[in-house]
Amino acid sequence: MINLIINDKPVSTMAGLTILEAAKQNKIDIPNLCNLEGVHKFGACRLCVVEVEGSKNLQASCMVQVSEGMVVHTNTDNVRKVRKNLFELMISNHPQDCLHCERNLKCELQAMGKRLGVTQDRFAGQSSGGTNDSSPAITRDMAKCILCRRCVTACNELQNVGILNAQNRGFETVVGTAMELPLNTVNCTYCGQCTAVCPVGALKETDALQSVWEAINDKSKRVIVQVDPAVRVAIGEEFGYASETQLTGQLIAGLREIGFNDVFDTNFAADLSVIEASTEFLTRMKHSLDSLEVSLPVMTSCSPALIKYVEHNYPERLDNLSTCKSPHTMLGALAKSYYAETIKVDPQDMYVVSIMPCTAKKFEISRPEMKNNGLPNVDAVLTTRELARMIKEAGIDLRNLDEGQFDQPFTRSSGAAELFGVSGGVMEATIRTIYERVTGRELPFSTLQVTPMIEADQIQDIELRLDNPVEAFQFLEGVTLKGAVASGLRGAKILLDQISKGESPYHFIEVMGCPGGCISGGGQPRPTTPEIRQQRCLAIYQEDEGKAFRKAHENMDVIELYKDFLKEPNGQKSQDLLHTHYTKRGKFNELS
Amino acid sequence: MNCEAIKDQCCCGEESDQQKYIRIAEIIDNYKNREGSLTQVLYISQTIYGYLPLELQIFIAKGMDTPLAEVSGIITFSNFFSTQPRGNHTIKVCMGTACYVRGGKKLVDRLENILSIQVGETSEDRKYSLEVAQCLGACGLAPAMMIDEVLYKQVSPDRLKAILAKY
Repeated sequence: MINLIINDKPVSTMAGLTILEAAKQNKIDIPNLCNLEGVHKFGACRLCVVEVEGSKNLQASCMVQVSEGMVVHTNTDNVRKVRKNLFELMISNHPQDCLHCERNLKCELQAMGKRLGVTQDRFAGQSSGGTNDSSPAITRDMAKCILCRRCVTACNELQNVGILNAQNRGFETVVGTAMELPLNTVNCTYCGQCTAVCPVGALKETDALQSVWEAINDKSKRVIVQVDPAVRVAIGEEFGYASETQLTGQLIAGLREIGFNDVFDTNFAADLSVIEASTEFLTRMKHSLDSLEVSLPVMTSCSPALIKYVEHNYPERLDNLSTCKSPHTMLGALAKSYYAETIKVDPQDMYVVSIMPCTAKKFEISRPEMKNNGLPNVDAVLTTRELARMIKEAGIDLRNLDEGQFDQPFTRSSGAAELFGVSGGVMEATIRTIYERVTGRELPFSTLQVTPMIEADQIQDIELRLDNPVEAFQFLEGVTLKGAVASGLRGAKILLDQISKGESPYHFIEVMGCPGGCISGGGQPRPTTPEIRQQRCLAIYQEDEGKAFRKAHENMDVIELYKDFLKEPNGQKSQDLLHTHYTKRGKFNELS
Repeated sequence: MNCEAIKDQCCCGEESDQQKYIRIAEIIDNYKNREGSLTQVLYISQTIYGYLPLELQIFIAKGMDTPLAEVSGIITFSNFFSTQPRGNHTIKVCMGTACYVRGGKKLVDRLENILSIQVGETSEDRKYSLEVAQCLGACGLAPAMMIDEVLYKQVSPDRLKAILAKY
């Protein structure tokens, strides 16, 4: 333990902590901006400066470690004055368009100015400018960048993608891509973790709200909306509701009020994708045990960030990806075929909107692989943050609404489908179904739950031994299925390197492109702290436990759909509508 | 910089681009597993190739298994690196305080005029690149300038044509 004095208060703390961390532990709050707990420690903004007795200059408390006998003052007149000066310098070349900035009232820089009591702007000077770059998923407005470099850490350290870094020097410094190449020409996965950590309006999702409003206003359009499970557990944060507030019912009612014609549950399609993916997996297992040429392990394909990551970095491993489309594109494909037939609407007049915790899905829907009969499966993706804006624009208070129900025929969903929102969830949902299909027996566990994955680097191993299978699956007698769950693209790299070297011991791999899974997706409310991630995770598990049925293959709506329309899993209709292929891109797009 | 780098200092222009790439590939192989060696690789690559265009940056990023944005980050940070073709000879005019007050700026103006380029650019015949230096450490000889490794002292604008004629 280290003993020091902060603001005349004796404090004991662990060695190795920074002054900022030690102060926080002792309920002393030092203003700080660029620092992001557990993710980013860089000392860029200097706003957390404090006085350390014996030091000539003020010290950035986020960088300096505590030492024995240290005497720290966080709240002297000088410190307060310097912080204000630093802030004024920071905004000296920051656009003053707060009133119509997307981050207005949700901007960390703005909040910091208020907190520090800055009432003037004495140094307004030359603007360092910066490019405005828009890709299908992410928009960069670099004039607003304050060079905190959180996005650089998220892109390089957290996700191991590395398309953003500081370029140039001094006043000309910008955070950007190599040689300022547009985002859509580099190997960006569109995971959006950079947009989730950006404290200002510099990095954000590419707006789709306008086109969705236009579709709603167009009376010739049948506008269909579907909602992802991770959105439901986070949307309340945008309105300041307690995190455990269950809002699914109100959200459905709200979406109807906004003007959507049909409100469907993406979870329905998650159940469907469990059936399709587990069938695909069992077929590949059979072929492999029959010594036929087949790619194992199978990797999940619900994360469009992962797909693009593999296409860029492991183009030779595309066959390991499941051919299943992601659940929301499956639902879109069914809406414009099965549902269009049922309600006798021309699919051309349909407009499918997906509300997702994800920025990468905005790009996913623009892929030529996600089209059927020349129509995109999904026409627009809104992030959780955009949904919140839409609800506010429409003047809807979710708490005042009666609970609504999802529309038929994509209504019901299992507890397993809810789990798609957390890392480890797809694995668990799939195991629940595979075990019962293969053995014909009920799961032996009362609460089978793969432990939620929180840490970025973690790889979790899962083993499932199959004894006494039913006749159709005799080939799996005594086989131990090996699975791995990786959270975030850094974890994906570990597993993909293993596969490339031929050393992967696994049959089935789940990778979510964002650390912790969709609950911490790039389109989720800001910020996603470890505590908030934990709360969203618990909410998902509660939803699972509260469901009438908890296994995908028990979903009567899915069973009905097979009977009525698809006929059989991985059958011809499924192959046409629900499965896809991928594009070899290469790290520098040299293959595409 | 080690002797390898000096050995590779060749801008004679007789080598084909392909040969240069082969040499750079060898350098990358040598340095690949040495931590923190990216700057050295870039330095040597520039002495071989003359400058660091995007294609070469991609080649190095791939070889060193480093993100391209990091490679370009270092290149755009340091004045030493250039992403534009450089001339066979680099002229550096000192703009340190002493040289500035004794007419360094006039030298720059005249050179821009003679070579029809701005500071940071390369003449059309690829013979000269024009740069300014903050201090060449020759304040007593102001205004000073250097062409490659040769220092010219107390230069007057009217002497510039004669100096350039030597190259």
